[in-house]
Amino acid sequence: MEKFSYVNATSLEQVTSLLSESGWGEVMLIAGGTDLLAELKEYIETPKTLINLKTLPGMDSIEADASGLRIGALATVADISMHPTIQHHYTVLSQAAGSVATPQIRNVGTLGGNLCQRPRCWYYRDEATDCLKKGGDICYAIDGLSKYHAILGGDPVYIVHPSDLAPALIALGASVKIVGPEGEKSMSLEEFFTLPAANPFRENVLEPNEIVVEVSVPAPKPNTRSFYLKAREKGAPDFALSSVAGVFEMDGKTCKTASIVLGGVAPAPWRSKEAEAAVTGKMIDESVSQQAGSDAVKDAEPLNDNAYKVTLTQNLVSRAAMMAAS
Amino acid sequence: MASWGEASESRLIGKRVTRLSGKDKVTGKAKYTFDINEPGMLYGRILRSETAHATVLGIDLSEAEALPGVKAVIPIIEVGNKLRYQGQEIAAVAADTDDIAKDAIRLIHVDLEELPSVVTEADAMAADAPQIREDWAGNQSEPNVREDGDINAGFTEAAVEVEATYHTPVQTHVCLETHGHVAKWEDEQNLTVWASTQGVFGVRNDFAQHFELPANQVRVITEHMGGGFGSKFGPGIEGRTAVELARITGKAVKLMLTRKDEHLVAGNRPSMTQQVRAGATSDGRLIAYDMKGYGTGGISSGAGFTGPYVYHVPNSRAERVNVAVNAGNQRAMRAPGHPQGAFAMDSLMDELAEKLGMDPVEFRRINDPNEVRQAQYTLGAQEIGWHRRNHVPGSGTGVKKRGMGLGSGQWGGGGGRGTEARVTINADGTVEAVTGTQDIGTGIRTVIAMIVAEEFGLDITDVRVNVGDSQPGLPSGGSGGSQTTPSVAPVIKTAAAAAKQKLFERIAPLLEAPVGDLRVGTGTIYVVSDRTKTITWKQAAGQLGMDSISEGGTWDEELRQNGAAGTQFAEVEVDTQTGALRVIKIVAVQDCGLAINRLTTESQINGGVIMGLGQAILEERFMDPETGRMLNANLEDYKVPGTFEIPEIQSIVFDTHRKVTGVGEPPCIPTPGAIANAVYNAIGVRIRSLPITPDKILDALAEKA
Repeated sequence: MEKFSYVNATSLEQVTSLLSESGWGEVMLIAGGTDLLAELKEYIETPKTLINLKTLPGMDSIEADASGLRIGALATVADISMHPTIQHHYTVLSQAAGSVATPQIRNVGTLGGNLCQRPRCWYYRDEATDCLKKGGDICYAIDGLSKYHAILGGDPVYIVHPSDLAPALIALGASVKIVGPEGEKSMSLEEFFTLPAANPFRENVLEPNEIVVEVSVPAPKPNTRSFYLKAREKGAPDFALSSVAGVFEMDGKTCKTASIVLGGVAPAPWRSKEAEAAVTGKMIDESVSQQAGSDAVKDAEPLNDNAYKVTLTQNLVSRAAMMAAS
Repeated sequence: MASWGEASESRLIGKRVTRLSGKDKVTGKAKYTFDINEPGMLYGRILRSETAHATVLGIDLSEAEALPGVKAVIPIIEVGNKLRYQGQEIAAVAADTDDIAKDAIRLIHVDLEELPSVVTEADAMAADAPQIREDWAGNQSEPNVREDGDINAGFTEAAVEVEATYHTPVQTHVCLETHGHVAKWEDEQNLTVWASTQGVFGVRNDFAQHFELPANQVRVITEHMGGGFGSKFGPGIEGRTAVELARITGKAVKLMLTRKDEHLVAGNRPSMTQQVRAGATSDGRLIAYDMKGYGTGGISSGAGFTGPYVYHVPNSRAERVNVAVNAGNQRAMRAPGHPQGAFAMDSLMDELAEKLGMDPVEFRRINDPNEVRQAQYTLGAQEIGWHRRNHVPGSGTGVKKRGMGLGSGQWGGGGGRGTEARVTINADGTVEAVTGTQDIGTGIRTVIAMIVAEEFGLDITDVRVNVGDSQPGLPSGGSGGSQTTPSVAPVIKTAAAAAKQKLFERIAPLLEAPVGDLRVGTGTIYVVSDRTKTITWKQAAGQLGMDSISEGGTWDEELRQNGAAGTQFAEVEVDTQTGALRVIKIVAVQDCGLAINRLTTESQINGGVIMGLGQAILEERFMDPETGRMLNANLEDYKVPGTFEIPEIQSIVFDTHRKVTGVGEPPCIPTPGAIANAVYNAIGVRIRSLPITPDKILDALAEKA
């Protein structure tokens, strides 16, 4: 990696002020470092300054009460996965966190880092390949090897968003708090992520001088059941070939409301309103769940090597729906 | 006639003995080449080509040389020569720290004229493909053809036929310890190198020749080694580069490959694609086999594979071609050519058996001439519960479907001459065994201690074993071909026996008994005809006064035997909605003659099964046709089995005689075929291409539906 200076953060004001000194890539934030270090070692990023966020006090807390959850951006993935309230009432989030990488990575990787992690695409991660995501001319996945690439929302960059936490949090209706030089703002986590058509170089709406500080999750409605289903080639560590975060408000076998968010298949966590519509207000049975699955992928446009993801995603959505009713 | 004695008489031989270095390894005390640090040592790094095919027009080292902390920068490739694969060596540096070395190689500027490259077999064989090997027209070697009988007549006799294409991709070795060396010149004529190698003497001789040194002034040390699997014989360019950098700088230099280097240039198992047509008679006899196949070992040759493998086919024709691509060279990899050939053949066997309506085990019984495996089929079927399999493939109900399959393998492992060893008894009763073999993780150190301790009636911890060092000047061959134990054990055994004989001769007068009447007990020597006449081992050795007894040994062929048959049965579960494949259990029945250490033999079988499992369900090198680059030169996207993948492995040491046969390679051979057949039995759809990953399973199920 290139040499950089290392600054311990003392306040959010200091952090946003340092970030404001330059554009993307000059000053970068580090918390767990499980993603960033790999990017530095591969020369994908070559920042001049790293700001260590772990010295910011209080940003690793997880607060749970009747209104919901507030999780600091520095909370570790392990803490989220093992939090008793999250395990009991926000099961999809606990399961998603528990599926991330390995215990070692979960112990240091943070919520903020997990949401802002960069794609795993093997063209993007290769220093010598000048792909569209890095300012080059083409997305190599289109004509190249695309087994792990997007089937939805890809154009013009066919990366998939690697986060497991994001689909789960979006399915739970989470919002994210962002701090910039002008102060703080909140938005729904769903709106936080963007597709390459809007900006091929970034995966979210953060400006270069902004930082994610907290995620809030409203308390689930009574009789809510939630699941995170993650298909992968290897038990651990492995990223999702496809994943489904499903949150279902049930009345017996009837689904009152549903939110279904897909991971590993699109450049951003992919909310499937189609699948949600297929189950909402319905008594979930085999045929309804099948419908939800096929509706979830009806707009899928696979590349050369990833048509299997269409079947896989369809089946995972159906399975999640059946689990909600069982 | 020399023998290992009866099992009932053995105190150690054939028992389960914890390896001597186990505790040092798990506590980190064991020093691998990676762990060697010499005072003032420099760090070497190699600049490698990121381009698959190019002519080198110029190399500018000046900026790297000017970086503070850099002590040497040397070119490796000559200007005007061609780079023919990603990862090929261009230049090297030595610097005060590894970080400086890494920075420095990025300051070497290389002027290249890029040439068209081909990295897939299909592209290399295309009519308009660029010629990447001057000596191979169309990038293909002359075919290797083997014919037996008359295949046309055979097919006329056939009642059923199968035609299919089977494929296995390039697999890399993934040695946990990457290739590398620490080189140190003691003076201008004396070189010491710590090498992560499977052959200390081969490496020593290479250095002596290359650097024009007397062989006895080059010392190569490999105390512990983190995996080689056939890829670590010669020192390679990286080894010679480390020694050259050390020579220029006058400092010790450590040069270890990176994980990326390891995938790109440190060897691989070649790919295989074969089209095969085969026929069997209505009573289940294989009668005709016609195979045409190719594989790539990168820019080099060596992509052979077996077929029709262990089964007897009276009429056969097999034609194999090497295809050159712009990728790193193949090297021997655990049973070279066998696992890929076995996967194809065992898949084919099951396809024929199904057409005949015959049980796959029964079909093998008819066609496998090997008596050992005939017995193994019975045992393996019993242990896996073969009667529980789907009699109609894919007939299980539910989303998750289970199935069973089997595969076979055959290896030599008979060892050979070329090992010198010395067993010494000192006057204080201590014992040393020295030989120039190396313990590459397989446990030969412990095996040597066991043989000597058995011979002398001592504990294994009483024997100091010195291996992995060329300095004592007792050569032994490289550890490959499953040859280490069958090559080394007979020599150690005869050396120990000779030393014991000498000691008996010294103490016979004291015990007032003929030498032939003396025996070792447990820490004692006694007279067999009068057991009251006994002295302790220590007392006996004490008779040597200021002397020691030190004896060499000979490779007694009676103590080893060639030929190791194996069969494996797999049970798998396939999630038909997600394509997830879980291997539940592998029963590995492995013939190995006398297992000197049953525990490390079982470890070998476990390791082989895990490696075969990786090939079966995960491992594949992905090359990008557009950029000519390997896309998964890491351990994130080049996936190897982890704890979640490793099934219950029932390793059965199937000893058929009391002679030593090596078992390092054979246990990885039957695994992919057994798993592939089990997948078919589970879902009723055949995957003819490894690895069997969820995408292939889902695609195949979709095609069937």
